Amino acid sequence: MLLEVVLKTLFILMIVVGVFAPIMTWVERKQSAMMQDRIGANRADVAGITLLGLLHPAADVIKLLTKEDVVPRGANRVMHLMAPVIAAVPAIVAFAVIPYGGVYQFGDHTLSLVVADIDWGLLYLFATGSLATYGAVMAGWSSNNNWSLLGGVRNTAQMISYEVTMGLSVVGIFMVFGTLKLTDMALAQDQTFRLLGFIEVFGLGMLPPWLDWIRLPNWGIFLQPLGFLMFLTCIMAENKRPPFDLPEADSELVAGYFTEYSGMRFGLFYMSEFIEVAVISGLLTALFLGGWAVPYLSQDTIIGAIAPIFGDGLATIVCMVLHVVTFLVKVIVMVWFQMLIRWSLPRFRYDQVMDLCWKILLPLSLANVFATALVMLAVGAA
Amino acid sequence: MTVESVLFYAFAGLSLLSALAMVGFVRNVVAGAMSLVVTMISLAGIYVLLEAHLVAVIQIMVYAGAILVLFLFVIMLLNLRSDDFGPVRPWQGVLKVVGAAVALGIFVVLLGVLPDTLPEVAELPEGFGGFRVIGVSLFTDYVVPVEVAGFLLLAAIVGAVILAKRSID
Repeated sequence: MLLEVVLKTLFILMIVVGVFAPIMTWVERKQSAMMQDRIGANRADVAGITLLGLLHPAADVIKLLTKEDVVPRGANRVMHLMAPVIAAVPAIVAFAVIPYGGVYQFGDHTLSLVVADIDWGLLYLFATGSLATYGAVMAGWSSNNNWSLLGGVRNTAQMISYEVTMGLSVVGIFMVFGTLKLTDMALAQDQTFRLLGFIEVFGLGMLPPWLDWIRLPNWGIFLQPLGFLMFLTCIMAENKRPPFDLPEADSELVAGYFTEYSGMRFGLFYMSEFIEVAVISGLLTALFLGGWAVPYLSQDTIIGAIAPIFGDGLATIVCMVLHVVTFLVKVIVMVWFQMLIRWSLPRFRYDQVMDLCWKILLPLSLANVFATALVMLAVGAA
Repeated sequence: MTVESVLFYAFAGLSLLSALAMVGFVRNVVAGAMSLVVTMISLAGIYVLLEAHLVAVIQIMVYAGAILVLFLFVIMLLNLRSDDFGPVRPWQGVLKVVGAAVALGIFVVLLGVLPDTLPEVAELPEGFGGFRVIGVSLFTDYVVPVEVAGFLLLAAIVGAVILAKRSID
């Protein structure tokens, strides 16, 4: 039991911190280079082998580890040293409740591919997300630098504002699925629904049977398209990357709240940003893109189709691998999408960021909750 | 000792220490606020041990994640440094000793009054402390207090907006 939890934790840590975060620094460089018609990172080499610049993450780590770790004069030393760690921890622990695979039955042992399967998984994510503010706040205040302080203040206001709308924009999702448990949401998204089914539900007429074949996966993005867009916007604002990088704003605040950081502590801020990108992608996948579900092929269908060939045990393993790979593919697509946005849009002005949150997203998310409730009432009554 | 009691003593000790630290950091306001954050988080840990999951999450989201962030926001906007407070006055030391003595006295009196053994723990009902049970009772049995509280908060927001707007105009 304990061994299982440790193994699952190690797996997800290895994937997110060990693979995703370093590779993302490379992807970001290469993708920005491609979008700006440049070549991008290609110089780091071992004996002339550059692997398309894939050695750059390793070179970065060596450089950052050997650089001097400066604490500026007049800074609050303890807080200055603690801030990067506090920024990184909420990002890493968030992955504990995101399921990267379904529930599998091996004989009498049930394997659920999530580290902590808790009933209030979504609330746990919001709780850890709300603690993510402190890293940047402490960094900004403790550096004894006005750029840093301004970055910290901007960060506080932005994070607090977007937390509200982020919470409201997913209310629709847990109304539709009727649960806060991320594993149950993933299970519900393994099914499909009839695209024109509402005609029969409301008694508007009977559908010819062949129309039953026009189906959509039961994914959050199809049930809550507006919720998806709003959640994506809010969570990208929480991540503080362009176009929402006001706390960092290189052209105004030097580097915002981490201006005074160097060496691996700077690297930790950088890495926690990338880990957050991976967490966001995982969360978007789990809530809106079906999690580990293969579209149109439910777990029973997959196991049922290959069990006669491989036998039950092997078929379950194949299905499990298929699900984990599906999850990772979706996460990679969402990472790519976030990078695309990051390199396409210019930075907002600060008042625009706040207006977007309080004047557009907040009313829209409330309207979305009401509309969802009305539709669910109507379907329940019909 | 079970895992639960080890965790309980860890969280209880942490919350006491950080609460003391909050009072101790009078002149370093940000450090004081951060100690209060630690207190809030350790209280949330104790709530989880008491099976009150929703309260624990709300404790972190609302107190640690929002209210104290606002405290910090205000402190940072004022940019208070320790030399903004003026010199330490001699009678402050006396006040500290008197205050500590009063607190200790109250604690001793309480120790005499409190029963030695804890009451028997009742069996927890199904879904205790979960969002479903709390949500249902909030919107059936306690719907009037919820609405009244909501109305009060709305009035406070409107009042705050009006006050803020007056100072801008």
